[in-house]
Amino acid sequence: MKAKFLVPLVLFLAFAGFLAFGLTLNPREVPSPLIDKPVPAFSLARLDAPETRFGAEDMRGQVWLLNVWASWCVACRQEHPVLVSLARQDVVPIVGLNYKELRGDGGIDMRGVSLEDETARSIQRARRWLADHGDPYALSVLDIDGRVGIDFGVYGVPETFLIDRDGRIRYKHIGPITPENLQQVLLPKIEELKRAG
Amino acid sequence: MKPRSKRLMLVGGGVALLVAAIALVLSAFQQNLVFFHTPTEVAEGKAPLGKTFRVGGMVEDGSIRRAGDGLTVSFAITDTAKVIPVSYKGTLPDLFKEGKGAVVQGRLEADGVFHATEVLAKHDENYMPPEAAHAVEQASKAAETLSQ
Amino acid sequence: MIPELGHFALVLALVLALVQAVVPLVGASRNRLALMAVGRPAAQGQFFFVVVAYVCLTIAFVQSDFSLQLAATNSHSATPLIYKITGVWGNHEGSLLLWAMSLALWTVAVTVFSRHLPEAFVARVLGVLGWVSVGFISFLLVTSNPFERLLPAVAEGRDLNPLLQDPGMIIHPPLLYMGYVGFSVAFAFAIAALLTGRLDAAWARWSRPWTTVAWVFLTAGIAVGSGWAYYELGWGGWWFWDPVENASFIPWLVGTALMHSLAVTEKRGAFRSWTVLLAIGAFSLALLGTFLVRSGVITSVHAFATDPKRGLYILALLVIVIGVSLVLYAWRAPRLTGGGSFGLVSRETSLLANNVLLAVAAASVLLGTLYPLFLDALNMGKISVGPPYFEAVFVPLMTPVVVLMMVGPFLRWKTDGVSPVLRRLAPTLGAALVIGTGTAFAVDHVTWRTVLGLVLAAWVVLASLQLLGNRLRDRSGAARLSARLRAIPSAWWGMWLGHLGIGVFIIGVTLVGSLDATLDVRMKEGQRAELAGYSFVFRGVQDADGPNYDAARATIGLYRGERQLTTLTPEKRLYRAQGMPMTEASIDIGPLRDVYVSLGEQLEDGSWIVSLYYKPFISWIWLGCLLMALGGIFAAADRRYRRTAEHRSTAAVAAAGRAA
Repeated sequence: MKAKFLVPLVLFLAFAGFLAFGLTLNPREVPSPLIDKPVPAFSLARLDAPETRFGAEDMRGQVWLLNVWASWCVACRQEHPVLVSLARQDVVPIVGLNYKELRGDGGIDMRGVSLEDETARSIQRARRWLADHGDPYALSVLDIDGRVGIDFGVYGVPETFLIDRDGRIRYKHIGPITPENLQQVLLPKIEELKRAG
Repeated sequence: MKPRSKRLMLVGGGVALLVAAIALVLSAFQQNLVFFHTPTEVAEGKAPLGKTFRVGGMVEDGSIRRAGDGLTVSFAITDTAKVIPVSYKGTLPDLFKEGKGAVVQGRLEADGVFHATEVLAKHDENYMPPEAAHAVEQASKAAETLSQ
Repeated sequence: MIPELGHFALVLALVLALVQAVVPLVGASRNRLALMAVGRPAAQGQFFFVVVAYVCLTIAFVQSDFSLQLAATNSHSATPLIYKITGVWGNHEGSLLLWAMSLALWTVAVTVFSRHLPEAFVARVLGVLGWVSVGFISFLLVTSNPFERLLPAVAEGRDLNPLLQDPGMIIHPPLLYMGYVGFSVAFAFAIAALLTGRLDAAWARWSRPWTTVAWVFLTAGIAVGSGWAYYELGWGGWWFWDPVENASFIPWLVGTALMHSLAVTEKRGAFRSWTVLLAIGAFSLALLGTFLVRSGVITSVHAFATDPKRGLYILALLVIVIGVSLVLYAWRAPRLTGGGSFGLVSRETSLLANNVLLAVAAASVLLGTLYPLFLDALNMGKISVGPPYFEAVFVPLMTPVVVLMMVGPFLRWKTDGVSPVLRRLAPTLGAALVIGTGTAFAVDHVTWRTVLGLVLAAWVVLASLQLLGNRLRDRSGAARLSARLRAIPSAWWGMWLGHLGIGVFIIGVTLVGSLDATLDVRMKEGQRAELAGYSFVFRGVQDADGPNYDAARATIGLYRGERQLTTLTPEKRLYRAQGMPMTEASIDIGPLRDVYVSLGEQLEDGSWIVSLYYKPFISWIWLGCLLMALGGIFAAADRRYRRTAEHRSTAAVAAAGRAA
């Protein structure tokens, strides 16, 4: 007779166990297909000097971060102070991949905007944003149409890739980096890679 | 009536109600669950014809066309690997844009076009609808396995 | 400086909450009045400091202090003042602080309105509420500190999500939270009673007004939320079975069951263990709902992954609160057998049946809400459970509830016969069938759903009238009608209005579901469109910029025949800070129908897509909710609940007089 009063408890515990199990399955840690693969090759205009181009091979021999950002991205602003303070510590160069600066912004009518126009406006917007919020990047490159972003499998901004000395992607972080992420995951991984080679 | 048989009737009624409710829930699940397929799965014929399901991905750049009446819209949904043509009549959500994530619900007809009855776009400027992101991720995983 | 002050106040509130959680409980178990007496001042002090923290946060928002992370991501210097203030709760951290504040407010209300209760009982109630507070405030401080600084500060904020910049959103979250959190009082009463092992009629009577008031808030909160969705989302729907809505609807269903079950426990001493379980369930589901919504699990199960600490803390909190309560229940409830016996046909049985049906309905909604999340979390594929599932389950479950709901009040407590009930109600049921079906034919929309809805609505309204008639005849002792009306207690009016509200609600839902009409058209200046006997004349589009958005506003004349009724001005807005487009519908509201217009995109030839909607009887949906809430207010205001308090205070005055 007494057992029936345990039923709600048992049901709830089963439910909680299920929730706990769901929490431990962290899908963000499902390795990206790009992990341990060479960085996709690209050659893009630099934001500070649009006439010069930059590619991943220019960073060979260094451990570096590639951070995908855009001025329209709200979460980028959230992680930006973390990047700025990381840059101040001078641990690792951060390269910014400015992703679809203009066409990614849902609020802009892109009809009749030529590629030259788009590039000029993107540069202006991106530079102003960095001036306003601080520039943590060693340099930024412009992915106007998002092609390079697709090669990197970018599906939400921000995303951050950690790349080793041989030009292989070793870690991918989706979403804004929090100070905890930085301290607990990213920095240890960076140290490890720097020590390794 | 004896208290015992009264109790039996109450318990019996409760059990009958519970069984009926479970049957109701199961049959409603059976009939109304909407499954999700990626464009790659649709292209490979893994999605059923003429049955309601959802497809998610990115709206391909330059694919939005309006028919003469101005109300019927056609566009293409891609997971970067495969492209599915979609046709939809009605108002599009505010955040529906080319190159951005979207999820469509409707039926795949014999003409190979997905006839959407509902178009869902993301909630804010940052992220795609999770289903759309899932599709793109699946596709890039598949691409990796192929190139290996 | 101000955010630091707020942070400090929150820490002090936590300390006081701990005091409130520990000292009175110790006092109650050792029977030490001095320790029990600590509960009230501790709770009031805790409330004070939570309010200070909240005010500090609000000041930072109002002053556009963008060195505060939360203000920088949820406000903007050009945001209108009112949305700067409401922006405080338009995010995870701020809304949890609002939650903590409403909990503190309810606790203070308990300290004020519990003078007539035994001290040991009040001490236990405050102790339980204190533990819930400790859980919430520490969750805020440890994982979701709203006073986090953003250094270096940004020049401009990202603005509040434009969807939330709406009058409905000013009152919806506070109402909803007052409702959610209000169930904590019924919960604390139940736990306190379990601790002492005394779950009697007195306990039920004390719990009833608190539960009812919380239910009123929740009802109003849900109604306002649905009204917001109706005019802000721009396509005229009023309920979407969206997980966020379900998260508030599930506690409502269980809370409704609890309210009725408490009535039986008070009057007849029956269902005691079931009532306790419902009290625990209503609050647990309110907790679960808060977390489902606030943690972002619903938009993506993977939201936790960015910050697993939050997820674990939430889970731990749920397990402690619910787990401990259920252990206590399993330990104490077996002693609760007995209570008044009742026959198969009695008011008790009808209430029991409805209780079980409401609980089953709540469980089925919960299942439909969580099932896709579970599958996704386990990587077993992605599915979605849409409105068709909920309607398929909900309509058959609620139909008997609505029928029984009007039978119950005609039944006697303890036992009643089948034939007298049938004799009283068969004519009403027959009339309802005829009127409902007849109306369906009259509006020329004979689907089983329309017929069912109209029959049920007619049944509720007719039986309500019959009930009122009976009640007045019972009081034939009094000569005049007005005297007889006045003799009816407030609680009875509450029941009557609440049930009638359901009838009005069903009329609205049924008619808008059957008879609404929609038309998407492209329109140019001077063009005309027709829908459901109304004409719409498109007069053009002008710029109409607001403080923090740019907008295009269309002017559309609404005509009935040749007579102009009004001018509708739907807008397409672009909120500057987030670059987010928004549709602002324009509605001509009427008692029998709404005409709803929203502006779509501009096409290349300069014409605009316009969506026209005709929504008959839609405002009856909210009128029904209003009646239900009003019923709750009447029920809670019944003199019975105040009588003991007055007794006590006159006794105290008398005692004081003697002492002097």
